[in-house]
Amino acid sequence: MDAPATYLSWNFILISIPNLIVIVGMIVVFAVALIAPFPKHAEIVEPGESRDD
Amino acid sequence: MTDAKATAPAAPAAPATAEPSSWTLSIRNRLERGLPLAHLLPDRQPFYVGSWVYIFGVLAIGGLIWIMLSGCLLAFFGPQWWHQSSTGRFVNSIHLWSVQVFFISMVLHLWGQYFMASWRDGRAKTWMIGVVIFAFSIIAAFTGFISQQNFDGQWIAINAKDATNAGGVGSFFNVLNFGQMYGLHIVLLPLMVLTLVAAHIVMVRIKGVVRPIEHKQGSAQPTGEEKPA
Repeated sequence: MDAPATYLSWNFILISIPNLIVIVGMIVVFAVALIAPFPKHAEIVEPGESRDD
Repeated sequence: MTDAKATAPAAPAAPATAEPSSWTLSIRNRLERGLPLAHLLPDRQPFYVGSWVYIFGVLAIGGLIWIMLSGCLLAFFGPQWWHQSSTGRFVNSIHLWSVQVFFISMVLHLWGQYFMASWRDGRAKTWMIGVVIFAFSIIAAFTGFISQQNFDGQWIAINAKDATNAGGVGSFFNVLNFGQMYGLHIVLLPLMVLTLVAAHIVMVRIKGVVRPIEHKQGSAQPTGEEKPA
């Protein structure tokens, strides 16, 4: 735990492995949020359905 | 001395739409026009809200609530408690990890809103307030790391002083001054973040959630904006 993190360097980019894991994880979560089906709720007004109730 | 006006029957209350005759009536009229309860507490949402992308903003609010609750405990019991007792360390960890949840959710929320251009249709103020919340949150987190009362906090402060001095703000934002950093962290910055988050949520409620870019206004699909929910 007290050891310094391993760093990846490519050209001017320098990033630690833990930070890279967090960023990649966030991108994965964001992609999943875009494509994963959302459960249906009564509060959601479907296309063509009237909101006057 | 008898006042004729005092014994006269009370005049009927002015309708809410009447010309404001006092500042209270003026504010009431503006609130009733601008903040209808049906918008503030809707029971229906447009179909495009049915996506996990809209969860990130709520997750950020959840993280913020945990930050505030754990922060109140830390402020009450103090540094010795949060460093030396097991309960204190647990609450300290909750505070830290709530911040991680808050920031990760906030960035994911930012990505989602950026790619759907959610500043459209009169929502520029909502977007800008969100940006300011992000900026204040970064400063709040920074002062929090400085306020840890351990070697990590000292190391961050000593290194950060060069940046603040080089930026010309070191004279009134002294990162080596624990009292100033701690005061900012537990009072002023949370007050700013909470106030701005409240304003952000109210503005989202007033304007509604932005339509998807491909959705054309005036089509048969409900947008959630034509009528109060």
